[in-house]
Amino acid sequence: MTVISANSLDLTFQTNDGSVQALSNVSLDIEKGDFVSFIGPSGCGKTTFLRVIAALEQPTGGTVSVNGMTPDEARKARAYGYVFQAAGLYPWRTIEKNIKLPLEIMGYTAKDQQDRVNHVLQLVDLEGFGKKFPWQLSGGMQQRASIARALAFDADILLMDEPFGALDEIVRDRLNEELLKLWARTEKTIGFVTHSIPEAVYLSTKIVVMSPRPGRITDVIESDLPRERPLDIRDTPEFLALAHRVREGLREGHAYDE
Amino acid sequence: MSVAEAQAPPCAFCMAMRRISMAVLPVLTVVSVIVAIWYGGAYLMNRWVTLDTAQRQGVELTFNELFADTMAQERPRLPAPHQVAAELWNTTAGEELFRERRGELRPNPRNLLFHAYQTLAPTLLGFVIGSLAGLLLAIGIVHNRAMDLSVMPWAIASQTIPILAVAPIVIVVLNAVGLTGVVPKSLISAYLSFFPVVVGMVKGLRSPGAIDLDLLRTYSASRTETLFKLRLPASVPFLFASLKVGIAAALVGTIVAELPTGARFGLGARLLTGSYYGQTIQIWSALFMAAICAAILVAILGLIERATLRRMGLNR
Repeated sequence: MTVISANSLDLTFQTNDGSVQALSNVSLDIEKGDFVSFIGPSGCGKTTFLRVIAALEQPTGGTVSVNGMTPDEARKARAYGYVFQAAGLYPWRTIEKNIKLPLEIMGYTAKDQQDRVNHVLQLVDLEGFGKKFPWQLSGGMQQRASIARALAFDADILLMDEPFGALDEIVRDRLNEELLKLWARTEKTIGFVTHSIPEAVYLSTKIVVMSPRPGRITDVIESDLPRERPLDIRDTPEFLALAHRVREGLREGHAYDE
Repeated sequence: MSVAEAQAPPCAFCMAMRRISMAVLPVLTVVSVIVAIWYGGAYLMNRWVTLDTAQRQGVELTFNELFADTMAQERPRLPAPHQVAAELWNTTAGEELFRERRGELRPNPRNLLFHAYQTLAPTLLGFVIGSLAGLLLAIGIVHNRAMDLSVMPWAIASQTIPILAVAPIVIVVLNAVGLTGVVPKSLISAYLSFFPVVVGMVKGLRSPGAIDLDLLRTYSASRTETLFKLRLPASVPFLFASLKVGIAAALVGTIVAELPTGARFGLGARLLTGSYYGQTIQIWSALFMAAICAAILVAILGLIERATLRRMGLNR
């Protein structure tokens, strides 16, 4: 079943230095349960595309539907949870209260809120940290808390904009592994922006390679790796072949020219 | 000497004493320097009167006599610190707070604390009115483009008008509509205290970053929800900084409101009568009482700030 469908999307930003074409003729279908990575250099429109899906930006041309609705309607129907580059936890709220933030706005009962907090804290392996303030947690734990916040209400789409970009390699590996387990357990559809080739290949069932000026899709790679992926799958020939194809795609899009 | 002895932690008492002296010594040093300069200034400014008097009486003064007289004049140009301290003590602890008059127990106007109260009451009322007005204006400015463009210039203009010129007008106008007593004074103090709150809160309400705001947009949060769940909590540190400036401004506003309006009670009235009769010691003691009041008010706000920020987990 197609969950997200984009049809020849265009988006042009008007800036003081003239107009910038962030997206050009972007068409893509995302199936239910897919883990889709968007990879490409800065300015290729991968974040913009994610924001269009989330109705945080309005396209200037083309159509996009989420769960068969417009992005605006989908947002009001709580179709997706969004995880930003920074954890974006409110520093005056404890971890628990941060996770309750969307639940308060969406009007869940107090008891339901608490049950959901306990459930998602367990999902991201942060039991016992609910009463801590964000600054008392490490960067990786903060990002896990922000994922828990996006999971707290029943959206079946998870949009993640370089969520692990600011973390070191070791923490990032662990979180990638945990994210895969989470995805398998919750059966969500995930859109994931990254500019790390190993991360994209390791996580995804579908890799969307994008390139800049104007932002466009140059290749869509279906991954044939098994869904169960231990970290050392990254040393197998299949993995390396996929990574090679992603790199080729980036090169074709002149991603390495500067 | 064994190693264990050498590394034994210093006794708790010594630690406490050291910590206290670390905190108190710099303050004491600064204060004693100021007091020394003050005494020097008092001697230099007051000696002419003494020398003049001595000359007219044909008396030759030794330095000790000269110095002693400059420190004890009844109406010195600059009262010595101990004179001000004595006046402060005599007009607070040395006077009854209430006294019997015409068969009634009434506040004693000779007691400086009574005047301090007369000033503090409108100050606090004005501070509350001014802060609320400032907060509401800031919320309006942040949420409404027309207000954003139109209110700030007027707010700035309001602060360039000399309050000394406006105060009598306000008092007269309010008197004409039947408002007397605490309210006119507090409106003038509100006039001064709303401004820092507007400036600080506009900055505070706009302090949340793009991610914080986008997050609420993904929840389709309303503007009211954004205000209460994000903008207001994020602006609390700014609020307290503004309130501290605002409450000091409110006190100044009340004192200034007392000056041109012939108030009989209040610290401003004390300043005024002091200057009418050349009672410099009274002027200085009123000034110090005002400074003490301001310090206490700001300190109380500081305590509330610390408690609030601790509860919000923002006191790192």
